[in-house]
Amino acid sequence: MTSTVVSSASKEVVIGFDRPFVMIGERINPTGRRLLAQEMRNNDFSRVQSDAVAQVEAGAHMLDVNAGIPLADEPALLAKAVKVVQEVTDVPLSIDSSVIEALEAAVAVYEGKPLINSVTGEEEVMERVLPLVAKYNAAVVAISNDETGISEDPDVRFAVARRIVERAADHGIKTADVVVDPLVMPIGAMNTAGQQVLRLVRRLREELKVNTTCGASNVSFGIPNRHVVTGTFLAMAIGAGMTSAIMNPLHPEAKNAVLASDVLTGNDRDCAAWIAAHRNPAAARTRTARRRRQNRRNSRQSSTA
Amino acid sequence: MTADDNDELEDELDLSTLTDDELVEQMRDDLYDGLGDEIVEGTEILLERGWDAEKILNDALVEGMRIVGFDFRDGILFVPEVLLAANAMKAGMAILRPLLVETGAKPIGSVVIGTVKGDIHDIGKNLVAMMLEGAGFKVVDLGINTSAEEFIDAVEKYHPEILGMSALLTTTMPYMQTVIEKMIEKDLRNNCIVLVGGAPLNEEFGIAIGADAYCRDAAVAVEKATSLLEANRMQLNNIESTPA
Repeated sequence: MTSTVVSSASKEVVIGFDRPFVMIGERINPTGRRLLAQEMRNNDFSRVQSDAVAQVEAGAHMLDVNAGIPLADEPALLAKAVKVVQEVTDVPLSIDSSVIEALEAAVAVYEGKPLINSVTGEEEVMERVLPLVAKYNAAVVAISNDETGISEDPDVRFAVARRIVERAADHGIKTADVVVDPLVMPIGAMNTAGQQVLRLVRRLREELKVNTTCGASNVSFGIPNRHVVTGTFLAMAIGAGMTSAIMNPLHPEAKNAVLASDVLTGNDRDCAAWIAAHRNPAAARTRTARRRRQNRRNSRQSSTA
Repeated sequence: MTADDNDELEDELDLSTLTDDELVEQMRDDLYDGLGDEIVEGTEILLERGWDAEKILNDALVEGMRIVGFDFRDGILFVPEVLLAANAMKAGMAILRPLLVETGAKPIGSVVIGTVKGDIHDIGKNLVAMMLEGAGFKVVDLGINTSAEEFIDAVEKYHPEILGMSALLTTTMPYMQTVIEKMIEKDLRNNCIVLVGGAPLNEEFGIAIGADAYCRDAAVAVEKATSLLEANRMQLNNIESTPA
């Protein structure tokens, strides 16, 4: 049992084996969202906040926050984004940047234990990010590439992941606080992308005993009816043992694939989360008026969800 | 859930502070929510307050399961939730059963139930059995792969007012007719209501093989069992009260 605990000021989320899959909302990311990028650059974070709320309402357990805008002051923007998101939601955040100064700035203002996204197997990156993770007692996403790039051989990527986990330990970071991203490539561009990830996820879970995450939507980039492919990928990845993903919970195909997978892995006790998400709301309303155990029911649901 | 959470939730509602009416209402809700521990607690409180077992059974548990049955029929509750409710009911019954036996309280009816020979499907049959128990019936469950002889033996032994048969395969459902024919042969058919159910069945099939009713789901099974039993008893009373 590997449990990665992350938190906000008031809420804890556990990524772990034999637990419901953790959905990390992907929307707060200006990459490919010109309007959002423009607004953020102009210090307008209203859409960042509304996207945060919408994703949490749709079922996101955590949110990824990224402020990667070319030629902008990314450290300031990311710190601001983290701050404004924490004002409107209580879910823990994944602080996402390849600019280490931006990670530093955002982690400094974050309330709780964040997931720092990410460290790679590159020597320089490890030696700069891991001390930051240790300093703030954070958890970290480890991407399985290094100076030589992204290998197509999952066994090479596994070796990179192992090296990061070992280096993290040198910095006093527990294995449970390293969540490995096996790197999901677009299946439309690389025919073996799916198989690579599935093999890697299995090895990461069984041999390295780490939690895993990935940018799930990437798998279906550039192909039609893509959300079905993303959802099916998520189901297969969960079957292989993946424990979280950065994804869009507003797409029912993806979200339902996750919820259904939790049912099928037995991690959604009594199908409680599935039923709650799919009961006809009009029909259910006829009874909710006389419920005095609302809190208890909610807690039973969240203890399984 | 941690122990701390539990304590917090315990504070949310103290069953012992409720009036009898409120408590009974709450127990129906708790049954609906499949909260076994709370049903046990409520049952014990009512017993302490001097309620007899039969009244608790009928007012709190059976009535609660009736609502569960309706909402299951209407697609508001689903199988896992009905199972949770049935288990909560069971937890309450575990306390009440010995007391009911002591006082000689009669169940509202008795049922022998089983999946027919050649068929090993029992999720639906179990659900029906639990719902019938929830409605206050005494249920003898013969399990799966039940031969006509086993059904006949059970009917002769327990004298149930109702016999329930389940089949999930088109190849096994004709066996229900074999059982009914055996019952006629042994002169047991007239004293027993025969209910049939299972995914491949329908109303027509039920009529064709000579059953009293086809039950689409567990909630319908309880309704049919109750209504046919009442009709039977009324008829019986009429016959008895008719001057010769």
